[in-house]
Amino acid sequence: MERRLNYKMTKARAVFLVFAVLFLLAVSFVCFVPIWHVVMSSISNPTELNVSKGLVLYPLKNVDPNAYSMILQYKSLWSGYANTLLFIVLSCITTGVFTVIAGYVFSRRRFFYRNTFMLIISFTMLFNGGMIPTYMVISKLGMLDTVSAMVIPGSLSVFNIILMRTSMQDISDALEEAARLDGANDFVIMFRIILPLCKSTFAVIMLFTVVMKWNDYMSALLYLPTRTDLYPLQMALRSILFQSTKEITSASDVSTTTMYSRSIEYAAIVVSTLPILCAYPFVQKYFVTGMTVGAVKS
Amino acid sequence: MPRKPKAKPENQGGSTFGGYILDGGVRAVPHNLRLDIKRNAVVYILLILILAYFAVFNYAPMAGLLMAFERYAPARGLFGSKWIGFDNFINFFSGPYVGRLLRNTICIGVLDFVINFPAPILFALILNEITQKAFKKTVQTISYMPYFISAVVACGLVMDFTEAGGPISVLVANITGGESVNLINQKSNFWLIYVLQNMWQGLGYGSIIYLSALSGVDQELYEAAYVDGAGKWKQLLHVTIPGITPMVIMMLIMRMGAVFSVPADKILLLYGPANYEFSDVINSYVYRMGITEADYGLSTAVGLFNSIIGTILLLTTNKITKVLSGTSMF
Repeated sequence: MERRLNYKMTKARAVFLVFAVLFLLAVSFVCFVPIWHVVMSSISNPTELNVSKGLVLYPLKNVDPNAYSMILQYKSLWSGYANTLLFIVLSCITTGVFTVIAGYVFSRRRFFYRNTFMLIISFTMLFNGGMIPTYMVISKLGMLDTVSAMVIPGSLSVFNIILMRTSMQDISDALEEAARLDGANDFVIMFRIILPLCKSTFAVIMLFTVVMKWNDYMSALLYLPTRTDLYPLQMALRSILFQSTKEITSASDVSTTTMYSRSIEYAAIVVSTLPILCAYPFVQKYFVTGMTVGAVKS
Repeated sequence: MPRKPKAKPENQGGSTFGGYILDGGVRAVPHNLRLDIKRNAVVYILLILILAYFAVFNYAPMAGLLMAFERYAPARGLFGSKWIGFDNFINFFSGPYVGRLLRNTICIGVLDFVINFPAPILFALILNEITQKAFKKTVQTISYMPYFISAVVACGLVMDFTEAGGPISVLVANITGGESVNLINQKSNFWLIYVLQNMWQGLGYGSIIYLSALSGVDQELYEAAYVDGAGKWKQLLHVTIPGITPMVIMMLIMRMGAVFSVPADKILLLYGPANYEFSDVINSYVYRMGITEADYGLSTAVGLFNSIIGTILLLTTNKITKVLSGTSMF
């Protein structure tokens, strides 16, 4: 589609384009600058940082990486990191397996009641029990304070099922029949024949799961009332950013910690956010596909 | 929700015999459940697994909504607790917080909708006018970035930027000529800060969907309009906007359902004793009442009220758009 019409550049259009570019530059600036501010603040001289006003666009006075060595001692941040990675891996496994199975079931044309049952589960998108009744169910199942409470609820979502089902529907029945004649059972067909043909949809679902789990702190707040050792990264960050940083360095002198408290906050943000910020541009196109398919087909 | 036209048996002149349609092909054979289960046993077993999941994690909580009408005592269980009818609702609506909760929820929800629904559309329309590919791509990538920052970090940044001496506070002070003060505790500033924070995170990401709708508009329509003498502005009005209207309406329906349910996660991070008057919304109240105070009956009732309003809004918008434009979600 690279046919372009040859417009005469009118004065009005030129003015519009100038403003459009300026506007887009402003938006990019606003999106980017807070992150730059955080990175620069984290390596600034702490005394300067504590009295500075406004944006920090370059390291103040001198580059001081001490905040990073202090953040290394903050055990709950690193255990949070480990927990989050564990939750992500487990969630990807459960979400992957469940969603493929559900997509397979609801995309089989030989399954007569597929639309009826799809409607039954789709109803949960429209109306749900809400925070407290869900909490009560999880608690009744004895899942409170366990890893399973962080992984299983929410691992199967109607949205993901719709994505999976839509892409599986496009695969010819002939393929399944051929595999069946060769002696393949449903699971072989599902995971070895159909899934490889829906790789991009599967990737999208995995990506949504990773980002969701990475950012999730509400389920820890709700379902991990006492096991703070299972807290994910975001809960550790929450205590650094919204409570005090005093507990970070236990024995070392209090005045240093107080001096560095702002730098430590910024360093914690950098350490916990940079991995995902560096990764997303490479997987951006999958998000675009996922958003588009999801909205058009749902 | 996907809606496939039902596979109707094509009974083209075939006569029926004993319930079977002659010359009707396989499709015309009446459905036989026993045979179906026998042939598709694995599918049915897997279906039970999926349904069990939804029964436990989605439908069981709906049964738990009964708590809203009970003086729920965990020891006595859902079916043993005392039935008190609408008392929980009456308690909530005659309580001291209902006024501020409703006001804050409605104001934040409506403000968020009014600003953050059209913003990504405008952004996409402007971005679409840019033909220089590298620039467009860079702007897109940068504008998606805030979406990948977690709610905890984003709210931490908001607190940091709006406190006295923070970049935004300093900027506001420079414009108004006053002192740099903590903005988030200044009355209804909270609403605007919350909405602008959402905008920062959602503008770029929200525009993805419209950009793809824009690229799907038939290029020949533009050519035809050009031949007919339509300038860029006329093309926008008569080709581009009608081209993305179905997508806009879909998004409108989805957002309308959520107007009244301001999610608790960011509010819980941002609010504090100094601004409760303007920051406490229904969902944060549900969290506090349910989890912190363990008043399950009352908080379930409030949550139920909130989700009923949401469902009504969604269905009404769906109905209205269906009548007005023929586009609807279901």
